[in-house]
This record gives sequence, structure tokens and C-alpha cells, in this order.
Amino acid sequence: MTQREHFDAIVVGAGPAGNSAALVMARGGLNVLQIERGEYPGAKNVQGAILYADAIERLIPDFRDSAPLERHVIEQRMWMLDDEAFVGTSYRSDRFNEQRPNRYTIIRAQFDKWFSSKVKEAGALVVCETTVTGLLKDKRGRVIGVSTDRDQGEVTADVVVLADGVNALIGSRAGLRKELTPNDVALGVKETIFMPREVIDARFNLKGNEGVVIEAAGSITAGMAGTAFLYTNGDSVSIGIGCLISDFKTSGVRPYYLLEKFKQHPSIAPLIEGGEVKEYAAHMLPEGGYNAIPQLYGDGWVVAGDAAQMLNAVHREGSNLAMTSGRLAAETIVAAKAKGKAMTASTLKAYKRALDDSFVIKDLKKYRRLPNVLHNNKHFFTDYPRLLTNAAETMLRVDGVSKKEKEKSVMGSFRAERGLRGLAIDILKMNRAWR
Amino acid sequence: MSQGLNMVVCIKQVPDSAQIRVHPVTNTIMRQGVPTIINPYDLHALEAAMALRDRLGGTVTVLTMGPPMAATALRKALGHGADRGILLSDRFFAGADTLATSYALTSAIQKIGESRPVDIVFTGKQTIDGDTAQVGPGIARRMGLNQLTYVSAIPTIDQEAGEITVHRRAEGGVQVLKTKLPCLITMLEATNVLRRGSLPDMLRAERAEVETWNAEAAGVEDIGKCGMKGSPTKVSKVFAPSPRAEKAKMVEGDTAEAKARVAIDALAETDPQLLSVIARQPALAS
Repeated sequence: MTQREHFDAIVVGAGPAGNSAALVMARGGLNVLQIERGEYPGAKNVQGAILYADAIERLIPDFRDSAPLERHVIEQRMWMLDDEAFVGTSYRSDRFNEQRPNRYTIIRAQFDKWFSSKVKEAGALVVCETTVTGLLKDKRGRVIGVSTDRDQGEVTADVVVLADGVNALIGSRAGLRKELTPNDVALGVKETIFMPREVIDARFNLKGNEGVVIEAAGSITAGMAGTAFLYTNGDSVSIGIGCLISDFKTSGVRPYYLLEKFKQHPSIAPLIEGGEVKEYAAHMLPEGGYNAIPQLYGDGWVVAGDAAQMLNAVHREGSNLAMTSGRLAAETIVAAKAKGKAMTASTLKAYKRALDDSFVIKDLKKYRRLPNVLHNNKHFFTDYPRLLTNAAETMLRVDGVSKKEKEKSVMGSFRAERGLRGLAIDILKMNRAWR
Repeated sequence: MSQGLNMVVCIKQVPDSAQIRVHPVTNTIMRQGVPTIINPYDLHALEAAMALRDRLGGTVTVLTMGPPMAATALRKALGHGADRGILLSDRFFAGADTLATSYALTSAIQKIGESRPVDIVFTGKQTIDGDTAQVGPGIARRMGLNQLTYVSAIPTIDQEAGEITVHRRAEGGVQVLKTKLPCLITMLEATNVLRRGSLPDMLRAERAEVETWNAEAAGVEDIGKCGMKGSPTKVSKVFAPSPRAEKAKMVEGDTAEAKARVAIDALAETDPQLLSVIARQPALAS
């Protein structure tokens, strides 16, 4: 057997977490090997996708000059849907038409390729079409490298950054963590629907590179815990829906059926009419929240991004948490290297401390009760949307009934459905879950 | 020839034809966003060359002509285990048809041969975007190489005698051909399976500086024979043929002979000359 090559660091995966980690470490002067199983970085990556500028800006301040961005978001709509109607709020502001917009829609296959080009420029070696099959350990159980699915496929490193995505198979196989449970993972399906730019501009009241985001919840998920979305890209819209895998399992509902139903909803159908479906994708999302976060570091390894359950389901944030965790892991490693420290668990513990101090863990902690609450209280997805749309309709329909009577009937409908005690408990639950 | 074989494999980066669409209005090919791949036939040429290298030693140099992004194709080939990649890239090469392409490639192959004579030049059977199968034979003619097209296997090479035996697909069978080296081989599809490179191959490919040659570096003597200037082929029109709307007709008749008669009459109606070529088959001996 030939000599195994040795690197300062190996990054598994070329998504937002892996790219951020590889970029920071390569810039920090480390000899970095990044291994990606897809044909190119982004080939297998799926997201809605919204890019939050802040996280990428900390890595590549001038990203706006060269990154493939679709539209910047100036309007956010939040809809509660029943089968025929929705009640919603929206926020639209010309202030979002700023010099350095805060949120963008992107197409991940293109964005990740671009991101990877920056990683290569920084000096990391990026090998694609290669799957990491396991971790190499020494006699004392310390991680010393990875094995891949290629001949002579072993390669060693001082530290391995696991950014292998939601399945986190490598960590599970190596016994560094528990396997995922269906409660901790959502399945999202998504279509990219091609429409001419002018049609999108007209239908969503947009000009230039302005974009709109619609987040929706309600009866479209057929009683399961989940949400749907529609994002405007340059000349396409991304439309998708996702629910917890455990719910799909119990209900037997097929994901694409939900997506079809969402597309046919009277509030959505006119927006995508005449569009041509260009892409269909499905992906898992780690929605277990704070309580599902695995061990984040050990002797010779750290884990970041989806593999570390870095996803805020409430605010639909994930890629920014992934980038931040990848960056913090890399900064920890670069600092340790500079001090000549061995990459032991006690050295790499600094990564967890940095994460704890960041918005990543603070946000996840804030909503730590929410996954459970939503999982056990499906009426938030079924009863409330219907009650709210009915209430709106009752109040808006002018039919000779006095307003006082209308109010009474609305209140009555809430009471009948949930009971006074139920209503009070729901409010308490939501309140607690949000804190 | 103890150093083994000096082999050059010509490859082309082509749009993935499985993903190409024709614009419904303008009838032009929509290349935008269509991923590029190595011409699939060329991969069989690459594997055939590497298999010979494994058997007899030597080097496999991969050569392509194209824009700078074609370096990706070379890097891919290196990742599969090729030894060296050379990209011919120059604005003078742009817009080349098969005549001009074979001229430029020939110049480069001769340049490669200056340090050590080239024993075998490989190409794929044809490309999937042009489908002409002309570049390989063009190179053979220009270089005066023995030409072995549609090769399915290379059972023997006698390096001492400088002889090669190949299997060539011919109509209705396989020809076994023997000729002298140096030669040019165009490989058939489905003749081998391209190997997956080792991890060291992949690392080497990512690190490799792809050599880029312009016309001068490639030793091109007459720039007028390159690119658009050197290409007599003119594309006058590109269009998608409209689908034929022909309906099948059922032939009615009591006996087989009656049915045949009806069919022949119907054919004769569309083209009277057909009758002269339709002859009645003699009845089978009972």
C-alpha cells in the first residue's frame, strides 16, 4: 500500500457549513482537503432557498459582486391557509432596497459552485465524486482521518470537520452520536417553476431584482406539523412544502401529494399559472432543534451545519447557522493550530463555547420546546387556520347581521372548537414555546 | 521501446445532449445552463489507452481543443488516471469545423511527438454534438498514420515488431485487422468501462496545472488553416424537424394475398414507381 497523504484538516461535505470551514481554514494557512460526494459542489444540495447576507458577509464581505444571487427580498408574506382561503400578514418595505440587502433568493446548485470557487481560491484542495465512508481512528479512539469509496482511499489529518449534512451517517457509523429519529427530521419537497421575469414582476408587484417570500402553514399539511413556501427567483419560483418524517409515516400522506395540493390552492394557483416545472427535489431538514443537537466535538473531530442539527425551523433559517457553525469550528481549529495545540477534545471544546455565545445556539435554545409542542398539538395546523379564516370572513361579509352578533359568533366558534380551558392552555403553550 | 507506449487521447467537451432543448420559437439550440460532459465515446478511448498502459507501460496524454473551461474535462480525465493533460486554447482556434480541428490537433500531436514519437493516437468513434466521425480520420490522414476506426478490442500489440491487432466492427461481423504502429484508433462505445480513479489520482488531478497551449506553442504552421478561417463548412440553418403526422391504415382483406394486394395498391397510389421494385416472391416449396 502506498503512503497515505496527510493534511492539517479534512472537511467532509461542500455545503454551506463545509465551505465556510474549508474557506476559513485555508485562509488561516492550513493544508485543507475537502471531500464532496456530488459531481460538483452543490450538485446534491437542496434548499428553499434564502441566503441571509450576514453569515456569508462575515466570510466574503464583497460576495454581492460575484455570487449568483436571484432577487433580494423586499416583502415577506405569512399566510395561514385553510382549503379555500388564507389570513395573513405581510411586510413590505422599500428600505429593503438598500445598498447591501439583507436577504436574497438563490439557486443552491449555482451558489454552492460559486462558494466552492472561493474555497479553491483560498487554497483548499476540493475533491468531488468521492464519498467518505468512515472515520479512521487510532488505538485510543481518536479520529485521525477518513476512508473513502476510492482505491487507496484513506487519507489522514489532524482534525476532521464533519459537514456531511442532515443524515450525518459518518458520525453515526463511527459511534460519535445517536442515529437520527423520525421526530427530529422533516422531509421537504420542492419544485422550481420557470416563468418569464416579466410575469413574476407583474404577479408579485416587483421591479428590478426585488423579490417576495411567502411562508404558509395550515390545512395544506393535512394535519401534520409543517410549513410551505414560495420564493421568487430571477425567472423561476421555488415552491415547496415540508413536514416531520414521523408525521408522514403516521399519516401515510405522500409528500408530492401535499405539494400538488398546495400548488392548486386558490391563493397559490394564479401565481404559478402557465409556469413550467424545471426541477423537482426532495431533501431532509434537521428540525429537532436544541434538544436534538449531538455531541459537537471530540478527539480529532468537530461537526457543523445540518449534521449538527443547526437549523431554526421557526424562522426558516439554516444555511446561515451552518455557515456560522462552520466558520466558528474553523476559527477554533486555526487558533489551536497557531498555538501548536493538539486537536484534542479539550482543545476543540472552544468551538462549542463559541457556538453557545453566538446567535446559533441562543436562537435554538429559545425555541427548544417548540418542536415538541407542535408535534403534540396538531390543532395549531388544523383548527386555528380554519377558525381564523372563518372569523375573517364573518367580520368582512356584510349581510345585515350586527357586528355584535358577528363577534359573538366568532368567539363562540373558538370556544366550541377549543373550549375556554383549551384556548388558555394553547396560549400558555405557545407563549412558553416562544420563550 | 522499453519505455512502453506513448499514447495521445483526443477528447472533446460537449454539451450533455440528454439535457439540450431546442427553443420552440427561434429553433436554436438552448445551450444556456446545459451542463458539459466529456464526449461519452472519448471515455472508451481513454480507458482503452489506460488499459494498454497497464499492460505494456507508457504514458497517456489527454488532448483537447476548446475554451479555457475545457480544462475541466482534462482534469476529469486526470482524475480517472490519465498522466498528462494539454489544452489547446487560442482565439484562432474558435469556430473550427472538423477540417480545421484535425489540423490544430495534428499540430499539437506532432509537438507532443517531438520529445518522443507518438505510438497511438486515440479518439472516440464520433462526438455526440457533431456526429461526423471525421476528426479521427482527419488526424490519421494528416499524420500519415494507419487508420483503425470502430475498434472494439485491442487483443495484441507486438512492440518489437511494431505491430498491432485490433477487432473492428463491420457490417455483419468483426474484422480482425493487423497493422504497423504508429496508428490512429477510434474506439466504439460499450467496449470497456471507464475506471474510477484512485484517491491519489483525484488529488493529483485537482493539483495539476493543466498545460495550455496557444497556436504558437502547439507549433501551428499555418494559422489560416485554424478556426473559422480554416473551416469550409458553413451552417446555413439549424432547425427541429416537425413531427410527422401520419396515420396508420388498417389493411382489410379475406386472405393474406388479398391483404397484400390492397397494401401494394395503396403504396402504388402514393408512388407509382414503387410497383417496379415490388416483385412477387416465389412460393415456398411445400
